[in-house]
Amino acid sequence: MGILEVKGVNKRFGGLQALGNVNLSVAENTVHAIIGPNGAGKSTLLNCLVGKLIPDTGSVMFDGQSVLGRHPHEINQMGISRVFQTPEIFGDLTVLENMMIPCFARRDGSFRMHAFEQFSHERELIDKAMHMLEEVNMAEKKDMHSASMSRGDKRRLEMAMCLVQEPRLLLLDEPTAGMARADTNNTIDLLKEIKQKRDITMCIIEHDMHVVFSLAERITVLAQGTPLVEDTPDKIKGHPKVQEAYLGEAAH
Amino acid sequence: MEAIILQILNGLDKGSAYALIALGLTLIFGTLGVVNFAHGALFMIGAFCAVTLQRLLNLSHEVIDDTKKDFLGNPLKVDVPYLADWFGADAAQTIIQWSVPLAILFSIPIMILVGISMERGLIKHFYKRPHADQILVTFGLAIVLQEIIKAFFGANPIPTPAPPAFTGSFDFGALIGMENIIYPYWRMVYFAFAMVVIAGVFAFLQFTTFGMVVRAGMADRETVGMLGINIDRRFTIMFAIAACVAGLAGVMYTPINSPNYHMGMDFLVISFVVVVVGGMGSLPGAVLAGFVLGILEAFASMNEVIDIVPGINQIIIYLVAIIVLLTRPRGLMGRKGVMEE
Amino acid sequence: MLGLATKDFVLLLVVAVLCLFAPVLLNPFPETSDLAQFNAGYPDLMQRFVIFGIFAIGFNILFGLTGYLSFGHAAFLGVGSYSVVWMFKLLNYNIVPGLLLSLVVSGLFALAIGYVSLRRSGIYFSILTLAFAQMSFALAYSVLTPITNGETGLQVYGNDPQYLQGDSAPNIPHLFGMTMRATETVEFGPWLWQFNAGYYFCAVVMLIAFYLAIRIFRSPFGMMLRAVKSNQQRMRYTGLNPRPYTLAAFVISGMYAGLAGGLMASMDPLAGAERMQWTASGEVVLMTILGGTGTLIGPVLGAGLIKYLENILSKINDNILHQWFAFMPDGLEDFLVAIVHPFIGKGWHLTLGLVFMAVVIFLPGGLVEGGQRIGRLFGRKKPAEAEAKAAAKTPAE
Repeated sequence: MGILEVKGVNKRFGGLQALGNVNLSVAENTVHAIIGPNGAGKSTLLNCLVGKLIPDTGSVMFDGQSVLGRHPHEINQMGISRVFQTPEIFGDLTVLENMMIPCFARRDGSFRMHAFEQFSHERELIDKAMHMLEEVNMAEKKDMHSASMSRGDKRRLEMAMCLVQEPRLLLLDEPTAGMARADTNNTIDLLKEIKQKRDITMCIIEHDMHVVFSLAERITVLAQGTPLVEDTPDKIKGHPKVQEAYLGEAAH
Repeated sequence: MEAIILQILNGLDKGSAYALIALGLTLIFGTLGVVNFAHGALFMIGAFCAVTLQRLLNLSHEVIDDTKKDFLGNPLKVDVPYLADWFGADAAQTIIQWSVPLAILFSIPIMILVGISMERGLIKHFYKRPHADQILVTFGLAIVLQEIIKAFFGANPIPTPAPPAFTGSFDFGALIGMENIIYPYWRMVYFAFAMVVIAGVFAFLQFTTFGMVVRAGMADRETVGMLGINIDRRFTIMFAIAACVAGLAGVMYTPINSPNYHMGMDFLVISFVVVVVGGMGSLPGAVLAGFVLGILEAFASMNEVIDIVPGINQIIIYLVAIIVLLTRPRGLMGRKGVMEE
Repeated sequence: MLGLATKDFVLLLVVAVLCLFAPVLLNPFPETSDLAQFNAGYPDLMQRFVIFGIFAIGFNILFGLTGYLSFGHAAFLGVGSYSVVWMFKLLNYNIVPGLLLSLVVSGLFALAIGYVSLRRSGIYFSILTLAFAQMSFALAYSVLTPITNGETGLQVYGNDPQYLQGDSAPNIPHLFGMTMRATETVEFGPWLWQFNAGYYFCAVVMLIAFYLAIRIFRSPFGMMLRAVKSNQQRMRYTGLNPRPYTLAAFVISGMYAGLAGGLMASMDPLAGAERMQWTASGEVVLMTILGGTGTLIGPVLGAGLIKYLENILSKINDNILHQWFAFMPDGLEDFLVAIVHPFIGKGWHLTLGLVFMAVVIFLPGGLVEGGQRIGRLFGRKKPAEAEAKAAAKTPAE
């Protein structure tokens, strides 16, 4: 029984079958990649997991509880965090403030009227946030205006914001999209380091095979909205169906 | 039945004004992506074009009329409009009486000028700013424009009569075989005029290349921009057209309601509601919602309705807007996904 | 101090001192001089400064922090005024029950309107709030006449019950016997200073309101509100529900508006529907922007400046202008008077509109940003002032 169980999920947009009978099981403490050509339904699937979309049929269970019909913030409170394709951070706030928000969310739940409490008294949370920033090498940037940072820094900040929540499942939507090779490698190293240090399950949606094969322990190949095959990276590499559907075109 | 038809007719003239202003607002929002709080002021400027023309035509000089004497026996001085010198007294009289329809011609170049200078001088710089900034700066502009008008024309409404041919009412019921439907001529004219203007705008957008590009721009601005089409100049022209539509709506509305300096603001708030009900960016939606709300307002003003729900005539439009926004945020005819948040 | 960082405390202290000495500071010109017309230190105007300051501070909590632009805040102002006058009519002329009621009623009102309006954001939110305010205005004028007294405006009549009115209690608004009109006039040489009880009461209320606003700005809650403005998507995926945060901000700012409306009626026991008109909502937007959206001191400055301009500009007439320009040759004098004429007296709204446009176009950060720019221009700024301004701008740490 995996931490995330997707069973028989279907999603139609008008005449387009975006997801057809998707079954997926992500085992706890693994890095699971979902790959597939453009339009294979990867992002649709991800949106079904975080409450942005509701599947027409099927079930999505996280840790034995259904996530369907819950709001994104409720799903996050269950322990699922998400990294977006383009980094989504609080651009008007400083880096430290960006980090503090998930800390508050973890401690106080989805809403708390802490209007007359003092920010500077939250020593414990500030320490926690600073600790996390040190882990991603951003401690010296804590007072920077986060919108003015480079894209790579924004990406790292976003990951740190997700991680400081200590999620049980981290969803990454093309974390290296649009990055230069060097940045991609840095991200891979960062993710490996993160994985080493804690018990966390990661589910990566990715285009870049280099990233996938460096990180993933299991891979699901999605094509035209249905899982084609699911296996370990080594087996996927040589799988004829995958070659045909995906790697074949990526090879040249 | 008669009552219902009468209320529909009563709603048409206000509905026409709402529809015309909302049409312009939507054009501006759809093409430029700008929320224009100064659009009501354009409506008002149009109305004051009619007032100005009326005054210009009435410009006169004093002439000593030997045929008439005042009670002291001195020759009487009378004001003779210059027009009378040029065209003769009777023709001048007619021209002055027809000043409102003539103001249509007079107002078009003025409105185009106002529109272009507004867009080039101010709005242009706000394309990339947040909607809140656009609202604020155009709100400021609206205040300025209305104060300028007030400084020139004073705070009191200025009566601007319709041509004598259209004053009075006619028995609309007789036309369709019913009784007791008396309807003023000018309101009918206003409705017909509004329909012509609306049809003109739609035909222009539908059948000209220019219109096609503009429609494409409304649908997907960036792509059209990438095609190398100079969308900006076209948008300036669209702004001028929208200003014209609002101005014309104002010119023709003067006989129905004597223009005053705050008429723009009064209509603006409702017109925004109309745009939202119709669907941000949807031209047919704006027109439809304009008429629907105008007619609903007329129905809500019936004594029978007010007896049941007191005050409903005052709030019906806002009430409808609130319901529509909450249940169908994209409005009656808005496209899915456009400004639904 | 008081749970504030030093910078904020200094700011609060500066505002408090300014409020305390306002009757003196705002009357810099001796009564006998020609410039006395620019004095602003009389009770009526000073009361308006602080009351509109409260209104703008509250509006800024919503607009400045969450970015939700409400065009309907005047409705709460009106509701607050009606509450106070009703308490005058029913109980007695003590302002305390009325002000408490105005807080409660405007809070409930804001809760209802906010609950519905906040289901939309952006321009839709602006239009929803506008629609609600216009509805309130229209109803106050027509159907709700039994409650609002329609066009005449609500006021206290001789035959009102006033159940708690004691025989010895004053027959005008008072605070436990101290009437709001009580004024101590001090003549100091050619200067004339008026110390008015109503003003000082309003100023104390404003200081409390200002203090609470600073606390909100610097609290985790305030940070959440800025997060709402910055990125609602990220907020949701961080496990936070933006809706209750925005609703709380809306209700708080509605209560500030209600309190301001209540104070207006406490100073002058009359409440009219025109207080709810959307132009009044526009005015508070203007004050906030002019001062500096999202800054602490900005709204107070904006409110003060607009009320001052309103007062001074609408007072000036052509005769005064002729006096000013009298030193010039006649032709030039007439010319200048003719140029300035449209902007003064009844035309002061024109000036207001122009100032407003200029601020939005050239100085989106308002007076506070302007001050900072000037400060930067001159390199080393005066420490206290600079610190106060920096405190207003820099977020909590």
